[in-house]
Amino acid sequence: MQLTRRTTLAAMALALMSSTAFAQDTIKIGINQPLTGPFAASGTYVTNGAKIAADEINAKGGVLGKKIELVVEDNKSNPTEAAAVTEKLITSDKVPVLLGAWGSSLTLAAMPKLEEYSVPMLVETSSSGKITKSGNPYVFRISPPSSVEAQAFEPIAKKLGIKKADFLVINNDWGRGAAVEFSKVLKDNGIEVGLVETMDQSSQDMTAQLAKLKASDADTLMITAAVDQLTLLFKQMAALGIKKKVITTGGSQNPDQLVAQAGSTANGTLHLVAFAPWWPEKSPNPEEANAFITEWKKRGYDFAGTTESFRGYDGIRTIAAAIEAGGAADPASIQKGFWKVNIVGLNGPIKFEKEGPAGKESGQSKPEVYLIEIADGKIKPANP
Amino acid sequence: MDQLLQHVVNALVLGGTYALLGIGLTLIFGIMNVVNFTHGALYTFGAYAMYLAAVALGLNFFVALPVALVAGLALGALLEFVLLRPLRRSDIDTTMLVMIGAGIILQSGTLWIFGGVAKAVPTPFPAEPLVIGPVSVSYVRLFVLAAALALIALTYVTINGTKLGRAMRATFQDHDTAALMGVNVSLIYTATFAIGSALASAAGALLGPVYVVFPQMGDLAAVKAFAIVILGGLGSISGATIGGFILAFAEELGAGYISSGYRDAMGFLIIIAVLLVKPTGLFARAERIG
Repeated sequence: MQLTRRTTLAAMALALMSSTAFAQDTIKIGINQPLTGPFAASGTYVTNGAKIAADEINAKGGVLGKKIELVVEDNKSNPTEAAAVTEKLITSDKVPVLLGAWGSSLTLAAMPKLEEYSVPMLVETSSSGKITKSGNPYVFRISPPSSVEAQAFEPIAKKLGIKKADFLVINNDWGRGAAVEFSKVLKDNGIEVGLVETMDQSSQDMTAQLAKLKASDADTLMITAAVDQLTLLFKQMAALGIKKKVITTGGSQNPDQLVAQAGSTANGTLHLVAFAPWWPEKSPNPEEANAFITEWKKRGYDFAGTTESFRGYDGIRTIAAAIEAGGAADPASIQKGFWKVNIVGLNGPIKFEKEGPAGKESGQSKPEVYLIEIADGKIKPANP
Repeated sequence: MDQLLQHVVNALVLGGTYALLGIGLTLIFGIMNVVNFTHGALYTFGAYAMYLAAVALGLNFFVALPVALVAGLALGALLEFVLLRPLRRSDIDTTMLVMIGAGIILQSGTLWIFGGVAKAVPTPFPAEPLVIGPVSVSYVRLFVLAAALALIALTYVTINGTKLGRAMRATFQDHDTAALMGVNVSLIYTATFAIGSALASAAGALLGPVYVVFPQMGDLAAVKAFAIVILGGLGSISGATIGGFILAFAEELGAGYISSGYRDAMGFLIIIAVLLVKPTGLFARAERIG
């Protein structure tokens, strides 16, 4: 008994010593991403992009003279887990800042925890307008909200000659938010909006929704979903003989993966993406874009992932800039630092503007949006 | 009208695989009184076995299918031999907990080996669908329906027309008497669990190429299998077959004409309705197997 108690004490002392030792050496950044579940592909890409940025920063000497250390946790594509993971990263790993949480519903679930512990989070992928408009001053977003995507789409919508559009969206904050924003823009331009159908995030069979959409007289179908569900949708649309103009939103389509897995059924589809890795020379930051893509390939990752992984890369670089600007690696300094960030990401300048209720504003950076087309198994810029 | 026809065709194609999922589960419960919580994991296992055989080993699609089925049969026999046999005399709660644990281990194992990112299994069928008037359906789904119906028929014949089936039915009625009549009850249990597992695995191997293969794919499939079994009556093969089609029609028509957002909730609505009105299931009889 005596021995056990002494051993336990010794172990505890050792654990304490080692954790303080680590705390002195590194600055921890919590990564809250879906590594399993329906969004596993996307979350894994973002995490790998984040790792490249961290290695690059550490190779150049780190931030404030310290190395950065990523603490990666899996939110399982599940909002409940996203909140739990946020709490775990903050209370147990003591991270002063997070990157997360991919999906809008996941991010929205994590947000109350940020407020509870006063720790900032950089939002790298989520599109729902609610995220920056709900008065959470710990949220800083670099991905385009659906409204920005919809505005970027406005001039294109006219040129495409769309008369009537139906929607098929994932049944969560992301999909429903996109349907609302895009409907607004279409209606403002005299384009009729027909059906708005939804699908569960884990659904694999959408033939019922598609049969209904097939019978509609709309010429265009707007889809909001991630790559795995899009692959299934394109195959199932082909099986049902649906021949409508297809436009996808959200920037999580990984067009190369669509070409590889959906094959010829992806031909003729249009996609709104937030990064165009096929033409790094046209990126607002061509040098970094080239370096990132080269490193991504060198690590043996799938090229298809770059349209998503750049978010993790830009996210970590933004966080590092915020730590640098804040002057210290504690949550309050980093939160202040975010407002001073002014870097050029792979997808345009990253600089936060205030959004949401006065006094509790969230930060929103306004990135670029590109429209691309898959034609004969090749990806090219869409020029309607 | 055209839309309705398309919904009906979709539901028929989907119903066949639902039935296949339900039968494996109902068979094991009916004969062994074991609630098989590894059913979803076995479905996933079948899909990954198909992926390994067809993509990693490069086998022909039609050769890979039976390979996946036999792999499921072997895994089922192993699970029964290692986990269920020592627990034969334990109560249903103990076996249930052990099976839940085994299901978690299988799912986490798949995740550990293959990672969380979904895999696609190519099929030899053309991408262009078969079009008949206003209705179109892909060849791969027609094949899946045919294969599912063939497996269901094979199971039915095995149970009602073979010596093994007679022994299985006898064991279901009274395992002590069956043992006294010279039936090797232990062997029957292993065979039953192996057959049920093979059916789940076959469903995964058939649907993996239609959809995509990922470690959590069995979760929704298992929930649907339970819905079908409750619907059709525990232990009834014809009940599970009809239950599978009822669920498919409810989902398809519910999503088409009520609300697509609640498509996967339709199954639960049916369960609640059945439990309220006829708690033993729609097709439960005193003699339940067969």
